[in-house]
This record gives sequence, C-alpha cells and structure tokens, in this order.
Amino acid sequence: MTALVSIRGVSKRYTRGKQTVEVLQKLNLDIAQGDFLALMGPSGSGKTTLLNLIGGLDKPSDGEVMVDGKRIDTLSAGDLAKWRARHVGFVFQFYNLLPVLTAEANVELPLLLTNLSKAQRKKNVAAALAVVGLADRAGHKPNELSGGQAQRVAIARALVADPTLLVCDEPTGDLDRKTADEILNLLQTLNRDHGKTIVMVTHDAKAAEFASHQLHMDKGALVGEAP
Amino acid sequence: MRYLPLVWASLFHKKTRLILTLLSLIMAFMLFGLLQAVNVLFNSGADFVGANRLITQAKVSFTQPLPLSLLPRIESIPGVARVAYSQFFGGIYQDERNFFPQFAVDPDRLLDSYPEWKLPPDQREAFVRTKTGAIVGRKLAEKFGFKIGDKVPLKSFIFTTKDGSRAWEWDVVGIFDGQDDDWQGRSSLMYLNFGYFDENRQFGQGGAGVYIVRVADPNQSEAIAKAIDTQFENSPDETKTQTEKDWNLGFARQIGDIGLIVTAILGAVFFTILLVTGNTMSQAVRERIPEFAVLKTLGFSDGKVTALVLAEAPALCLLGGVIGMVLAMGAAKGLGAVLGGAPVAVQGKVWIEALVTMLLLAFAIGIFPALRARRLQIVDALAGR
Repeated sequence: MTALVSIRGVSKRYTRGKQTVEVLQKLNLDIAQGDFLALMGPSGSGKTTLLNLIGGLDKPSDGEVMVDGKRIDTLSAGDLAKWRARHVGFVFQFYNLLPVLTAEANVELPLLLTNLSKAQRKKNVAAALAVVGLADRAGHKPNELSGGQAQRVAIARALVADPTLLVCDEPTGDLDRKTADEILNLLQTLNRDHGKTIVMVTHDAKAAEFASHQLHMDKGALVGEAP
Repeated sequence: MRYLPLVWASLFHKKTRLILTLLSLIMAFMLFGLLQAVNVLFNSGADFVGANRLITQAKVSFTQPLPLSLLPRIESIPGVARVAYSQFFGGIYQDERNFFPQFAVDPDRLLDSYPEWKLPPDQREAFVRTKTGAIVGRKLAEKFGFKIGDKVPLKSFIFTTKDGSRAWEWDVVGIFDGQDDDWQGRSSLMYLNFGYFDENRQFGQGGAGVYIVRVADPNQSEAIAKAIDTQFENSPDETKTQTEKDWNLGFARQIGDIGLIVTAILGAVFFTILLVTGNTMSQAVRERIPEFAVLKTLGFSDGKVTALVLAEAPALCLLGGVIGMVLAMGAAKGLGAVLGGAPVAVQGKVWIEALVTMLLLAFAIGIFPALRARRLQIVDALAGR
C-alpha cells in the first residue's frame, strides 16, 4: 500500500515562558492509505501533538509532513485551513459540537465551506447521519443527545465532506465501555467498508484493538509497534 | 447568506443574556427615536410657518412688554399689511396638569394676521363684541368638552385682576380650527379678548408681549424687520424683529439648547450601552473560544471566523435598534397626543441616523472580540489554554 501520510525528521518544540520543551524528536512515520492506526502512549508522550501535525492544526519546528503527496508544513494559515476543509475530518474526545445548532446543522458546518447548493448539502448531511445511524435525531441539539449519540454526530460531521483522512483524538475517552465499543465499531466499519484512513489517539488498550495496527509513543518518539 | 443561520443561532447562545442585552438596546433606541423626534419638532416647528409674518419683541427679552403706542408707527412702515399684538396670559384651568396656552389678543387683528385659522363669521363677531369673550381651538374644546356659552375660569400665574385676585373668568364665544391638517393639529390653544384683559389687570396696562406683523410681500420681510427695529433704535423701547420661524426657535432656546440637551442625554445613554453591550459581546466570545477553535479546525479561515463574530454585533444591534425605533414611533404618537396633537413623529431622517448609529455601535462592540477570535490558535484553544 502507498503511504498517505509521510512524516520525515519532524520535531516540535514549544516555548512556555523561558522554558523550551521538545515534544517530538526527529520523528519518521508512514501511514498507508486505508490504514486504521492507533497511536498509544502515556500522557505527555506527544501523541496528540503528532496528531495535530498530521491533521494540519499545527506546524512542526523541523521536518516535513506530507499528506496525499502534498507538503502541508509549508502551507500558509489560509491554505492550511482550505486543505483541512477538503482533506481531513476531526473527531474529538468531548465531541466539540456547537451547542446552539441541531445535529443536522452541526454536520452541515464543513459543507458551508463548499460550493454545494442548500439542497445538496441537506442531502449529504442526511446521508452522513444515516451512516452513523442517527437519521432520526437530525433535529436534536447536542444537549438532547446521549454521549454516544453526540460522538456519532461528530463522526458524521467529520465524514460529511468525504475527507481523505479521519483524525480522532481519544474518541471514546468520555464514553462508557458499551458505547465506546459501538463508536469503535463504527470507525472500523468506516475504515473497512468505506476505505477511510483513520489515525486515532487513545489511552485505552481495548480501543486500540479495533485498529489495524498500533504504534506506541514515549517521550516524543515512536517506540515501535504496541504489543 | 449561508452563514446567517449560524450567526443567528450563535446570538441565542445564552438566551437570558441575549434578552437583557436586547432590552437595553431597545430602550436606548426608543429613547433615541423619541428624543430625536422631539428635537426635530423643536427645530422644524417653524417650517410650516410662512415668512410672511414677523414677530417684534422688546430687544432685551420677550418677557418685557412693548407699549401699544408703537402700533401705529409699525403700521406706517411701507410693506406692512396688518399688525396684531399678543400677550401670553399664563392661566391654569382647574389643575396645573391641564395647562394649555392662552393669549390675550385684539380679535380682528389676530384673525386678519392668521388666515390659517377659520372661525364662523357670527362667532368672530361675538369675539369682537364680547368683552369677556374667548375663542377655543377645536382640539382643546374636544379635550375639555368646551362649548359656546361655557364660562371658563382661569387662574393666571402672571396677571392679577385689579382686586388682587388671580381668578379670571372667560366666556366661550367661538370654536376655531385650522384650515389644513397642520393647523388643525395645533388647535390646542385659546385666545382671550385683549380689551377686557387690559382693563382689568393690575399692572402692565397698555403693553403687549409681542407684535405680529403680517407683510404684504414675503420677499420684503428682511427689509421690513430692519425698518421696524431702526424705527425704535435708541428709544426706550428698542425692538428685535425676526421671522416667526426664528422667533419660535428663540422661544424654544429659552428652555435651553434642545439639540445639545438631546445630544448630551443620548451621548450618555449610548456610552453606557457601548460599555454594557461591548462587555456582553466580549464575554460571549470568550465563552465560545473552543467553538471558534472547532470552526477553524473544520477549515473556517481566520477571516471567516472574524466575519462571523463581527456579524453577530450588527445582528444584535439591528434587532434591538429596529424594535426600539418602532416602539419610539408609537411613543412619539402618544407624546404628540399628550402635547395636544403636536406633530411629534419619528421621521425618515431620524431612522437613517438610528441605522447609522446601530452600525457604528455594532462595529465598536464587535471589532475587538472579532480580532480576538481571529488571533486564537487552534491547538491552544482546544487545549483550554
């Protein structure tokens, strides 16, 4: 399989006051098209930082980040925003839905940045909600949904623009085991049946088992495949 | 347009806060509309008063009377068509809350000088004939139920009778009305027969507050006004002659500079609103930083997020402002009725001023929160830093 994501010699340093912290150190990584990768590791190991670099939310201090053949670490902020809108879907631990919008309006948000007509957007939103099994909850607001349902809406939002890559940061961290398994099954289906490439950060070894393979991080470096 | 539902929904982030903020904006713009309507009334009251009438008053102050002996000398000035004189009576009918203006006038001279008033000939005759006669404007008559034959007791806060009493009694002998809508709206006053008033007052006999000079040719008004004042220059009764419009404005200015008062009040109101609404907007944006970070994550550019935040401020200000202005229109109508049908109205010009104010206010309260949303770093905002 060809590499969808290619990371070469990436380092990331943060300066907080007078202190500089090196979060990632000369990291190299390839993620194949259609992969479902779980990034594991203790807190502070740099997995969310790596995920942010892959998703184009942040830029490395050194090194290159290529996604689908495009170097994203050199893009301007505006171009990077456009790139994210087109190529990446994000799923967060706390869903991060806009509380004032209905499920359907939340899912529609990425489509507002496209040239699709209102009717086409509505159709795509309905399709995305159907994929996550929430077609009947379209008119509900986040506070009227359970945690699992809210996360499904977030997944529908991540999917609706048909991105190249799904980036999930602890997507089951706020859910009970049963609901977490449902969400992970859904991600697995999206990977297996819809061919979506997924990179997921998790602390949870059971969650990581749903991925095709796992990588372990520690102190800003990849320490190999998780057992 | 596709972002409008998002902007609209964001406004309702905290409903109670939105309602309170809207109420303060509604009150501010209602006050704005009403005060500006009053301001326009004061400044444009003379617009429908033709320049074919001049008012001559004592140079020092309109409160100082001019002797009636000036009458023939004013009449003799070329271009003067008719001269009337008038004295403000200052009477209270039953209760101070019932105040309406009354003027002691020479009936024929008054009615010749004001063709805008219509009065049936027999009633005019009765007004001339009856020493204690008074004529009442239609609106005033309707308000108090005055009819011909009524006796109207008035207690003057200026003039006492020869026996030292403030109580005067007048016989209603006619009901006058305006020839057109404007003048019909102004028929909330009363004219009293000067002869009886002058004979029976304790002081000031033979004097009148102002002369009303009707000119034959309005184009000659300025020259005639100058001629009148020149006539009495360096005499004990120096005069100041102005168009009726200028005189009305000057009268209003006795209360103070209405425009300045209105501007000062509105300035204070809008400064407070700016602080209150600005603080509310800032707080609302601060609370929603994670939401803006999510929008940026989804691919909304810095510019789009800035525009979304900036759009909330005009939506808020226009919503509150337009409701306030509509209420001001109703309140102006009510105020007009209270003032005896005075044409208090929120005109198009006031609406334009209000809309400009709404947009300026929106920009002032929206720009800093919008810039804050623009500058936020996704990673920091999502991490709660």
